[in-house]
Order: sequence, then C-alpha cells, then structure tokens
Amino acid sequence: MNLIDTFFNWTVLQGALPMLMKGLVTTILLGVVSIFLGLASGLLMALLRLYGPLPLRAVARVYIDVFRSIPILVLLVLVYYALPFVGVRLSSFASTVLTLSLVSCAYTAEIFRAGIQALPRGQFEAAEAIGLNFFCTMRDVVLPQAFRIVVPPLTSNCINVLKDTALASVVAMPDLLKQATQAQALAANPTPLIGAALLYLLLLLPLVRLVGYFEARHRASSR
Amino acid sequence: MNTSNTALIQIRNLQKRYGEFTALHDINLDIAEGEVVVVLGPSGSGKSTLIRCINLLEDYQQGEVRVDGQAVVRGKSLALVRAEVGMVFQSFNLFPHLTALRNVALGPLRVRGMSRRQADERAAGLLAKVGLAEHAHKLPSQLSGGQQQRVAIARALAMEPKVLLFDEPTSALDPEMVGEVLDVMQSLARSGVTMVIVTHEMGFARRVADRVIFMESGRVVEQGRPEEFFTAPREARTKAFLQAIHH
Repeated sequence: MNLIDTFFNWTVLQGALPMLMKGLVTTILLGVVSIFLGLASGLLMALLRLYGPLPLRAVARVYIDVFRSIPILVLLVLVYYALPFVGVRLSSFASTVLTLSLVSCAYTAEIFRAGIQALPRGQFEAAEAIGLNFFCTMRDVVLPQAFRIVVPPLTSNCINVLKDTALASVVAMPDLLKQATQAQALAANPTPLIGAALLYLLLLLPLVRLVGYFEARHRASSR
Repeated sequence: MNTSNTALIQIRNLQKRYGEFTALHDINLDIAEGEVVVVLGPSGSGKSTLIRCINLLEDYQQGEVRVDGQAVVRGKSLALVRAEVGMVFQSFNLFPHLTALRNVALGPLRVRGMSRRQADERAAGLLAKVGLAEHAHKLPSQLSGGQQQRVAIARALAMEPKVLLFDEPTSALDPEMVGEVLDVMQSLARSGVTMVIVTHEMGFARRVADRVIFMESGRVVEQGRPEEFFTAPREARTKAFLQAIHH
C-alpha cells in the first residue's frame, strides 16, 4: 500500500462521504445552537458584570473567570458523566451545547465588556444628559457602537466554538469527527479522517478570512 | 412650581471634593428664568465641574441643586430632571452611528414619547434653525467641528429644556468655526432661553451675558453685570485674570 492509497483513497472516501456529511450537519447544528446561546447569554452576562446590582456583579465576575479557566473537555466530561449521579441526565447533544454555551458565554461577556468600555465617556454622558433611561441608552447609543468594535473578536470566538464541537465525539455524539473515526474503523483506512479534516477547513477557513476582513475594515474606519 | 420669587436654578452650599482636593467650596447661586449667565475663570477653577453638578453628571459631597424646584438627586426622578436640562459639551459627543437628524430626534422619540414622524419633524425644524437643514442626513464624521457643535445644540434644544448648559462649547473648535457656534448661541440668548455658559470667549461674554460669574480655586470670586465686570472689576484676582487675558 502506498501513501496515496492509505491517506487519499478515493473509493474509501466515496463510501464514507454520506456518513461524513451527516456528521458535518450535526457539527454545524451543534455550532450554530451553541454560538447563538453563547452570544445571547454572553451579552446579558456582560451587562450584569458592568451594571448589575453589586452582588450579581461579583457573581458574574466569578462565573466569567471560572468558565474561562476550565478546560472545555473537562467541563464536558463533568456534564455528561458526573451530572447523572445527581439525577441530571442530558443527551450527548444537550451536554455538548450546554458545555460550549457556558464557556462561550464567559468569553463573549468579556468581549462585550471590552467593547462597551472602549466607548468614550462622553457617549454615556450625552445619553444621560438627554434623560435616556438605561435600556434606551444601551439599545440606541451604546450597543450599536460596541457591536462594531467587537465584531472581529466575536467572530473569532464563534470559530473557536465551531472547532470545539469536535469534542462532542468524546460523549458519543455522531458529529463530523466521530463519524470520521467510525468510517475509518469500518474501512480500516484513515482516508475518512483526512476527509473530515478537509471539511473542517472548508467550513472554517472562510470564517477565519472573514475575521481578517472585519479587522482590516475596522482599522480603516477608525483611522 | 416656578414662582416669581424662586430662581429656576438654585444651588445651595455645594461642595465637591476629589479625595483631599476641594474642587468646589460652598457654592451658592441662583439663576433666574431667561437669564444668560457666563462663568469665567482660569482652567482648574471649577467652572466645568460646577455646571456638571447642575445635571448631576458630577457627584458632589454636600449641598443641594434644584431645577425648577425639583431636587437633582440620584433615583427615578433624575432622568426626568435631566430631560429639562440641555447640555452642550466641549467635545460635541454626538452619537457617531446616527445621522444628524437622528441625533436630534432621539431624545424626543425615547424620552418625550413622540412618534418617529413627530420627532423627525421637530429635529428637521431645529436643524434648519441652526442652519443645517441640508446636512440632516449626514453622519457626524461627515460634518465639520462647527457643524457638529450646532447639531449638538439642536439635540439639546429638541428636549425643549428649561435651561441649557454649555461646557466650553467652542474650545475644541478650529478658530474659523467659533463664530458660527457663537452666533447660534447668541440668537438663543436673545430668544429668552435660560443659559449657563462656561467659556473663554470674552467678547461673547460681554455681548451676550446678563451676568458674569468669575471663579477661582473652586470659589465664586466676583459676579456682576458684564459692563461693570469687564470695565471696573472689584476683586484683585479678577483684575489679574482680565489683565492676563488681554495680553
């Protein structure tokens, strides 16, 4: 067997392709749901961290620090294998989404906080001077400006979440990586793994390029 | 609430400290409805701090500020009081993501509860009043400094405030743009708007002010009608200040 037949075996790849595509759909689904939940909860967490009542502010800070420190795989294993001992039995999909969202929430909160704090004080003062309430100040003045600042780091974080979906294979989730390893076992050939790697690249490279584009545009507009 | 014998703005025993440093010492000041007050003084004398205390952009340790009888204190009533007090900042502080029109319309829309159409109409009218009807749909970054500051004045006026505060409104402008902003302010003063203005524009103070207040080291040193203030100041420190700026 030569190198081509081992790693780039066309027949094996064709056979594995349906499994890989199913895995890809699962991976994208995991990613999209986790990204959405992470963004929404992260924005709330950032506002809590900045403007919540003092005790909640402290709780938010602890949350953000803890979930940025813990390795995602450790958290996932805890959620999937430890929670059942206290009667909480989550499917592998739910476990993965929960884990990824919890962690993404912490990172997203820090990104939003940095974006909000990057705004000049005068913007808040102008809003206060008009008599805008907190909600209107955020919706009409602060967040639209902060969003523009945080688009590049936020997109980066989304890429990380998508990549981390591969951890789901540890908890028997038939995502892209899991399907590839199974196809590899069935065919006794590693080509499906190469196929999976290529699909990950196909999915993520455009997003990575997008971050570069956003950053360049941001630099140009802030000049 | 505002009867003839109570001033529109009442400042009583106002004291503001930054740690050990006292920025305002026991300020007492009444400003009547329709009055145009110009606050002068060297930098660091506390003039900006004083007007920022009026709408509580700056917290203070002692004393009381009332606008039209309403105490300006933290809490639910604060936004309501602030809506009655327009403010124009040195650095304009326009909302950069909104057009001139939307900058002006935001307050009426969100605070006064107007419909989008009513708010836009009022905004368009005010932009025309400050000579910017053509520029209503431009973003602040597409306007000159003088134009931005005129938008900011229109934005403050859009709330139909009882008083307008100006915090060094021309200090960040290129010299050739100072005139257009002062012209707008002068016509407002003529139309009877109550104004408190911190500025270094002596000529403007002389032309427009009903009363000049001179501050130094966090104290009101002297106040009076501009004719007397500029020609026959009583206090030595006022004389020194006026002499310094005339050289």
